[in-house]
Amino acid sequence: MELMLQQFINAVSLGSIYALVALGVAIVFSILRLANFAHGELMTVAGYTLYATLLAGVHWFLAALAAIAASVIAALLLERLAYRRLRSANPLTLLITSFAVSVALQSLFLLFFGARPKGIELPAFVDAGFRIGQLRVQWLDVFIIVITGLIVLSLHLFLKKTVIGLALRSAADDFRTTRLMGIKANAVVVGAFMLSGALAGIAALFYFATVPNVVPSSGFEPMLKGFIACVIGGLGSLPAAVVGGFLLAFLEVGSDAILSNSLSPYLDAIVFGIAIILLRWRPGGLFGVRMTEDLRV
Amino acid sequence: MSSLGNQKDSSASPANPAADVILRATGLAVAYGAVEAVRNLDLEVAAGEIVVLLGANGAGKSSMLNAIVGLSPRVGGSITFEGHDITRKSTEMIVRSGISLVPEGRRLFSNMTVRENLRLGGAALRPAEFEREFERLHDLFPILRKRADSQAGLLSGGEQQQVAIARALVGRPRLLLLDEPSLGLAPIIVNRVFEIIEELRRRKVTILLVEQNAERALKIADRGYVMSNGVVEAAGRAADLQASAIENAYLGTAGA
Repeated sequence: MELMLQQFINAVSLGSIYALVALGVAIVFSILRLANFAHGELMTVAGYTLYATLLAGVHWFLAALAAIAASVIAALLLERLAYRRLRSANPLTLLITSFAVSVALQSLFLLFFGARPKGIELPAFVDAGFRIGQLRVQWLDVFIIVITGLIVLSLHLFLKKTVIGLALRSAADDFRTTRLMGIKANAVVVGAFMLSGALAGIAALFYFATVPNVVPSSGFEPMLKGFIACVIGGLGSLPAAVVGGFLLAFLEVGSDAILSNSLSPYLDAIVFGIAIILLRWRPGGLFGVRMTEDLRV
Repeated sequence: MSSLGNQKDSSASPANPAADVILRATGLAVAYGAVEAVRNLDLEVAAGEIVVLLGANGAGKSSMLNAIVGLSPRVGGSITFEGHDITRKSTEMIVRSGISLVPEGRRLFSNMTVRENLRLGGAALRPAEFEREFERLHDLFPILRKRADSQAGLLSGGEQQQVAIARALVGRPRLLLLDEPSLGLAPIIVNRVFEIIEELRRRKVTILLVEQNAERALKIADRGYVMSNGVVEAAGRAADLQASAIENAYLGTAGA
């Protein structure tokens, strides 16, 4: 029973990280039909910022804020320098560009920080926890779950109650008509990248708190998981991204718990295999949304 | 052709010459790649007027409306609104300067509620201002009160058209462009749409209307332009526009 609960907490905590990554990916995709593979590098930027600031003795809270800020700035730079000129390009061009941007950023990290892992000096509370009977709960997991819940809730309210939030939703539905409302295309796109960057930064904090070292390719795996979460849920829909994130985490933790140790190296292969079967059954994802091809910005 | 030409020369300008022309297109050309949709088009709309653009499918009417708000590619000529050149302005700036388009097919944000759709229509308004404008539209569009929190995509076609017009009005535009507002609606609903347009006229809203239903449109309009193959074939007071000119334009025999 305790083991089950323990696994449940692990899955929710991991799912929170995946959900945040998936949300960041989905926000940009829903509006620009851009699968931003460089989303992982935004997380890596946050990771290196965390590493450098903590190493310099900055208080962890300020270091966390700096990491989120760095990721937001990186997202805005990507939009301005790489994606803006391609805004009405076809999705394949965008896809290839985002791959190129991802590789270019990884090379930059390699140049500046080298290939060796940089250990992040996490504050002691990350390992602290408490017990409920036999169950040991890490504060970090509680923190991750609660913060993620708050973020999802505030994002929901933001998209429901503010004009810029409404504009983000309407632009995802019909960009052309959104501009007919007098809403600036650039404001919507910049808003989407800011949100995406902030989500990448926060997801990176949680990710690097569980895997406390950063290499140039650190962002790849969580990005891939985030994308798969999006695809499982249904690309383009934000609630689907969140559900997809948790589903993927439960699949992963569940498979890990059920499978014998000899199979655990193949965990990703097994989980991705299940995802493929799922998509074979529902190609549009579990909550597949209508995809509009035309995008004229 | 010569008789049509005469008509154009004699009365292409507003019904009341003293009225302020707020929209003026001069020599406007619109092209999608090599395909010319509108050629050398002159058009004027004066404050308080209802002007109708008539013509067969593909005559360039919608391209013309879209060109005014910067959505279709303008390759020549110029457009001024209230004396300001808006030819090179972005869609959002044109809309913010006071022109609002109700696009063909209504284009509501179907996953959003009626109120959310209108909130976007009044995106530039502060929340309190928006509430006031939203209230103000209730007497003309009772549907807004009844279905404020319904998902727009679930409304009937006629209801959606009303929401689309209300959405375009909530930001208090000084020129309203209506693209085929009666298209695809049942006759009884079409009546309602024309009633709304007449009511807007009483409220001094300036309207440029694209409409397939020529007879009805000419009844409520002050002036009309008949387009065919991207050019104006005839123009004049609504009452004077010859049935034959319109017929020719619709049958595609004009200028032949």
